Amino acid sequence: MAEPTKIRAQVTGDVVEVKALMNHPMETGQRQDPKTGQKVPVHFIQTVTCTLNGKTVLDAQMSQAISKNPFLGFKIKGGKVGDKVVITWVDNKGDKRSDEVAVTAAG
Amino acid sequence: MNQLRRALLKGSGAAGALAVAAAAGLLRPSQVLASEWNKTGFDAKTAEDALKSIGASATSNSNDIVIKAPDIAENGAVVPIEVTSKIPGTQSIALVADKNPFPLVATFNMSNGAEGYVSVRIKMGQSSNVRAVVNAGGKHYAATKEVKVTIGGCGG
Repeated sequence: MAEPTKIRAQVTGDVVEVKALMNHPMETGQRQDPKTGQKVPVHFIQTVTCTLNGKTVLDAQMSQAISKNPFLGFKIKGGKVGDKVVITWVDNKGDKRSDEVAVTAAG
Repeated sequence: MNQLRRALLKGSGAAGALAVAAAAGLLRPSQVLASEWNKTGFDAKTAEDALKSIGASATSNSNDIVIKAPDIAENGAVVPIEVTSKIPGTQSIALVADKNPFPLVATFNMSNGAEGYVSVRIKMGQSSNVRAVVNAGGKHYAATKEVKVTIGGCGG
């Protein structure tokens, strides 16, 4: 059900800048459904793991205070064109999604 | 192993720390999975409790941490935050929005060459200070920035 994560990884010198846009409602559990008046249950991404060529570079834990369709930007030193970036997320219902992209040259 | 050391430093209770350390020790370094979600920290209702849960109850202010965020956010549901830490050996960055119902927003652990930089978009319930807490070599450094919110982003 989860839509793919859009990832862009570009290298300048030896620093790879990764920008990822995950697709997730990120419900806080505080919002009411306008039709039923019931609270919409919490549903959000809890952990995001990013790897470069199989090595973990960023291990993030999130709360429901991250905006809907989370954006995540980070930088890795020591990457080159063709390296593989994989981003995996897991939400509080156990849903997960993993997407990968190859590093490209900037500009 | 670096991961193990960090898990021990971070663990709040002794039993919890040992469990995390054991789990980390059993995994091969190339396959280290996301560490267990910090439920205590994310459920904390005050910034102080949240900081305690990540082992950062004592922080020193640092000018080497730069928080890039709008002075006034029109929409609290999407507040772009960019944190750059120039502190050598930055291992993790935690984001705390002081007046959110659950102040701890996110934590980011860097390893294998990841730089002390992270960019995210967060929700803020009301105007408040946003804190970035950096862990470098077991010491915690913090920087704050005030963000004024015109429309809160927790209910919508």
